[in-house]
Amino acid sequence: MKTLIRAILVSLVLMVICGLAYPLAMTRISQVIFPRKANGSIVEFNGTKVGFELIGQQFGDPRFFHGRISSVNYNTYKKEDIIPDASGKTAYAGVSSGSANLAPSNKALYERVQKDIDDFIKSHPGVKKEDIPADLLTSSGSGLDPHISPAAARIQVTSISKATGIPVSDLEKLIEKHTEGRQFGIFGEPRVNVLKLNLEIANILKQKGKL
Amino acid sequence: MNWKQYTVALLLTNGVMALLVYIIFRFQSLLGFNPNSNKAMEPSLAFNAAISFITNTNLQHYSGEWGLSYLSQMAAITFLMFTSAATGFAAATAFIRGIAGKKIPGNFFVDLVRTITRILIPFSVVVTLLLVSQGVPQTLTPNQTVTTIQGNLQDIPLGPVASLESIKHLGTNGGGFFGSNSSHPFENPTPLSNLIEMLSMMAIPGALVYAFGLTLKNRKQGWAIFASMAMLFLMSLSLAYYAEKSGNPALTNIGLNQSMGNMEGKEVRFGIANSALFTTITTAFTTGSVNNMHDSLTPLGGLVPLWQMMLNVIFGGEGVGLMNMLMYAILAVFLCGLMVGRTPEFLGKKIEGKEIKLIALVILIHPFIILVPSAISLLTKQGLAGITNPGFHGLSQVLYEFTSSAANNGSGFEGLIDNTLFWNISTGLVMFLGRYISIIALLAVAASLASKKPIPVGPGTFRTDNALFTVILVVVVLIVGALTFFPALALGPIAEHLTLGH
Repeated sequence: MKTLIRAILVSLVLMVICGLAYPLAMTRISQVIFPRKANGSIVEFNGTKVGFELIGQQFGDPRFFHGRISSVNYNTYKKEDIIPDASGKTAYAGVSSGSANLAPSNKALYERVQKDIDDFIKSHPGVKKEDIPADLLTSSGSGLDPHISPAAARIQVTSISKATGIPVSDLEKLIEKHTEGRQFGIFGEPRVNVLKLNLEIANILKQKGKL
Repeated sequence: MNWKQYTVALLLTNGVMALLVYIIFRFQSLLGFNPNSNKAMEPSLAFNAAISFITNTNLQHYSGEWGLSYLSQMAAITFLMFTSAATGFAAATAFIRGIAGKKIPGNFFVDLVRTITRILIPFSVVVTLLLVSQGVPQTLTPNQTVTTIQGNLQDIPLGPVASLESIKHLGTNGGGFFGSNSSHPFENPTPLSNLIEMLSMMAIPGALVYAFGLTLKNRKQGWAIFASMAMLFLMSLSLAYYAEKSGNPALTNIGLNQSMGNMEGKEVRFGIANSALFTTITTAFTTGSVNNMHDSLTPLGGLVPLWQMMLNVIFGGEGVGLMNMLMYAILAVFLCGLMVGRTPEFLGKKIEGKEIKLIALVILIHPFIILVPSAISLLTKQGLAGITNPGFHGLSQVLYEFTSSAANNGSGFEGLIDNTLFWNISTGLVMFLGRYISIIALLAVAASLASKKPIPVGPGTFRTDNALFTVILVVVVLIVGALTFFPALALGPIAEHLTLGH
């Protein structure tokens, strides 16, 4: 009985220390030291919030760079997607993350990749299928991957140049500007942030009055 | 406290904590800190989640985005991440004291509170700030909605992520704030945060092996055990990296360039090397966080995590991993003793029938609670309904779920549709048995060894602190593991590997 009472007391005290005092104190401290990062690193365009630096977005417009395949559509949706249909279901089911979890032996994976290869070659004439980097045609683990490999960005340049009128060399310079190398030269992989890259394009288009 | 009182205190405290957390899950919609208006958990899911976190498993049949309020993330999840790690640590400390010949195990409450206040909280504070500096959010503001430059809407989940993320790894817990765990850019935004998370999981279980040597006043003994674990770890890592780098031959067949490796379910910032490394570490140290989707690993790449959780001794989770490895060490001594025909000793203590019976129980219970529930799942409609990938991989999905539960790891082949009554209850029971039977039995072994008179070291003593013993230990682990699990592995990942691309 004495042990039970002590167990209850210890549990309650530890819950207050570990479950409330610690996270709340860390929130306060983080908000003071890293105010931008602690709130998710918001990205603004012309003074309005248009996204978060670390979270990828769905880009369907041929004038923008496209990111990786997302099974949650990057949590992006249109206003009509949250209006319930007759059965009460909405096209957008609410914020989530993850991938389709297809096994390497699943036929659904081959069918998806095959279809995406065909679509890509159609929208990017002149590209050979063995040259398409694998990250463009595979789904990310989180469904929110903000990056693509530099090769995956370069292969889109010709068709984006055609759609926007921005010269290929300018686009390549933008890719180079936004390529992050390996951290400290060894950790991780070289990568390009798709949202940041597209904001540059949006900026150019805006100056031309085309956005 | 004597051994029995120590064990009772451990179990009672865990019981009380699980109950408190169950109540929070059931009433989270009413308790505040719920800016996204998430609903209360239904009973079977709350049962599963409470057991999952009190047992240091962190198997998640919910996703944080819709499943938990900020209060639950803090006062239930973060709280249990500290206490379940400290419980495992306390049990291991008591076990080491027993093996080292101390008559009493100490006081559970003292061990628990000191582990949390002197080790876990200070480290967590530092790691939290490092993670925020990389971009992990730490805020109480609700989820945000922005309008993108294409005019679409996008929802962004937020929350007190960093403070959970740090103890999640330091305590080898592994439950993510968000559904996609450490592959989510808000849980693991950069290669540096990835490195911090990997080192955090390795720090305490790795250090405990060294501490074991210090307690015995025989550092070589600690290093001998460490070397066995490291050898097994390097074997697994090599296989995982090779398999993922080779890519998926079935996709090569339809013309997708595989020079980047198998990128399905992986993040560009991590690539193959950091994904394979994370997968190997998270299942060796039985954390269970993932930075890529294990269901989409190549068959051999998926075999590695499965295999490491089946062995459950390659460093292992907070405390319990070392206990399991020492159990194998005693078994190795026993087998060697049988071969040369003399009474086996470990660290100056005679190993006799009672200890071997308890150890046999622990060794047998692990495959029992993996293979029997897997067989039941394959025989029932409710079990089969969860499988989402066809063929051999479907078996792997079921096997992985129960192996992860039994090893108190918590990662998953996440395609499995597991938030159902069948899966919530079955994995809940497996996690419970996997955690407490081995802790109770091994504390009994320690109690029994502690009461024995030490035998002085002589010329005929079988040394357990040299290279020969390291090798014997690795071989015993591999033989026992292979004999037990090879048939199941052959039907799952190995069969999938042999048929892939043909």
